Amino acid sequence: MNERISRDDVAHVARLACLSLTDDELDSFTSQLADILEHAADLDALELEEIEPTAHPLPLANVLRDDEPGAVADREAFLASAPQVENNQFKVPPALGDPS
Amino acid sequence: MNAREIPSAIRNGETTAKEVLETHLKVIQNREEEIHAFNLVMEEEARNEAERIDALAAKGEDPGPLTGIPIAVKDNVCTQGVPTTCSSKILDGWRPPYDATIIERLRDAGAVIVGKTNLDEFAMGASTENSAFGPTRNPLDTTRVPGGSSGGSAAAVAAGFAPLAIGSDTGGSIRQPAALCGVVGVKPTYGRVSRYGLVAFASSLDQIGPFAETVADAALLLEVISGHDPLDTTSIPEPPLDLSTALTQGVEGLRIGVIDELSGGAIEGISDDVLGCLEDAVQALTSAGAIVERTSVPSTVYGLSAYYVIAPAEASSNLARYDGVRFGPRVDAKTTSEMMVATRTAGFGDEVKRRIMLGTYALSAGYYDAYYGKSQKVRTLIMNDFANAYKKYDLLLSPTAPTTAFPLGDKTEDPLQMYLQDICTISSNLAGHPAMSVPFGEGTDGLPVGIQVLASAMDEHTMFRAGAVLEASNQGKS
Repeated sequence: MNERISRDDVAHVARLACLSLTDDELDSFTSQLADILEHAADLDALELEEIEPTAHPLPLANVLRDDEPGAVADREAFLASAPQVENNQFKVPPALGDPS
Repeated sequence: MNAREIPSAIRNGETTAKEVLETHLKVIQNREEEIHAFNLVMEEEARNEAERIDALAAKGEDPGPLTGIPIAVKDNVCTQGVPTTCSSKILDGWRPPYDATIIERLRDAGAVIVGKTNLDEFAMGASTENSAFGPTRNPLDTTRVPGGSSGGSAAAVAAGFAPLAIGSDTGGSIRQPAALCGVVGVKPTYGRVSRYGLVAFASSLDQIGPFAETVADAALLLEVISGHDPLDTTSIPEPPLDLSTALTQGVEGLRIGVIDELSGGAIEGISDDVLGCLEDAVQALTSAGAIVERTSVPSTVYGLSAYYVIAPAEASSNLARYDGVRFGPRVDAKTTSEMMVATRTAGFGDEVKRRIMLGTYALSAGYYDAYYGKSQKVRTLIMNDFANAYKKYDLLLSPTAPTTAFPLGDKTEDPLQMYLQDICTISSNLAGHPAMSVPFGEGTDGLPVGIQVLASAMDEHTMFRAGAVLEASNQGKS
């Protein structure tokens, strides 16, 4: 067993990512993710202390436009894509309290 | 007929957009069942568009630089009212309420969109086998993959379904399939082409670009889709590219460095026949007057590891939006959170789940510095190394992919082996630089090899000079 990532770690990460895994999936994902992280371990050989991180390839500045109203999205078109809608709003099952 | 010849033939009355379209639809009808390049062939829409263009041309108006050219578009680019699936079940049935900027530009230029092409789900993969709708096959040998993730677009051009296609490239997803299918594929400078309406995978790496049969056709398409777009905050404020002079300028006096690490040096797994083609390409450029020598870009060795932390990290965040609330199918459950888990679990394929979890892990407390923070620093090293190389060289050169097209099923059980397909292409995405793949020679299996020309940010012009010379030399050989 590779120590880079444990089965419990994968189960925890799946919960964070809102995914449900079967026992078999947990096993295969754990070994595959461990392989990938093991490959990424070659970065450990680098001396990176003095290096600044790069988040983005462009030297980005904030972009602002004139505050003038333009064309707006069509509400009907956006609502039409949703699985469930009520009173012009997206509808979901209960988010709080006891669902029973 | 090359793409470039179609507009003038229509303007001169030698043919019509309708006729050109029908010719291509016939080719699609003959081979699409076998190839599966498309998630959707837009026959009716395409016929209407062709008629509109013919009507304009009949009135003596110019419908634009792409007049009547059929084009295939990767199915992760939003088309208003037309299903856009990203080859994922989680977007099944979704019809975008707006067009991507490049779709508007293509229409304004007179192009005829013939269909939406298959891809690895959410553009995650190097073989187009990770599609929820089944794999695409390589038109040159249907037992082989077309590469990926833009495999449907590459296959569409290689099969003659359309002379032009649109792809997206996050780690090599245009260049690698172009190499495996024997067509030209270009990843422009990050920010050169608007990403508005491109479904996001890894936002700091994604870039839209062209596929074409020829370098000149790729240039024509890139000219149309490039240029500033106020709807994309990362769009570079520059006018569209003009590449016309690049195609005939040659490479006399250009200094070109062959990246040692990717050409039989530090990185293993580049096959001998591919390296042989690279040597021939070096000869061709040298005979054309370029000064070519081997050079080291040391941190390219670490590109793959950095990429497979950074891209999944960004993806895990971008793909949080697929939760069954605002679009796509929903799996019902008693509570919102149970509904979200059920919807995402049913909707995403294995590779997407793998990357979401990898990214979530790399960003999670306790591991952020070890993986994500470190990878971002490696990104700086790669940008520094390229900057040093471009002080000495106008262009860099390497193979595009380590091998020719591999058999279907060959790497599906071993994600890491699949990731290694991107070893030569990834560093350009991390740096935001342009790179293109041009077919050059073939492997021992008779399948095409692609040579990658890399340039510094914003220098597509010089890159196309070398691309055109390689193409001319390759055609001279056969």
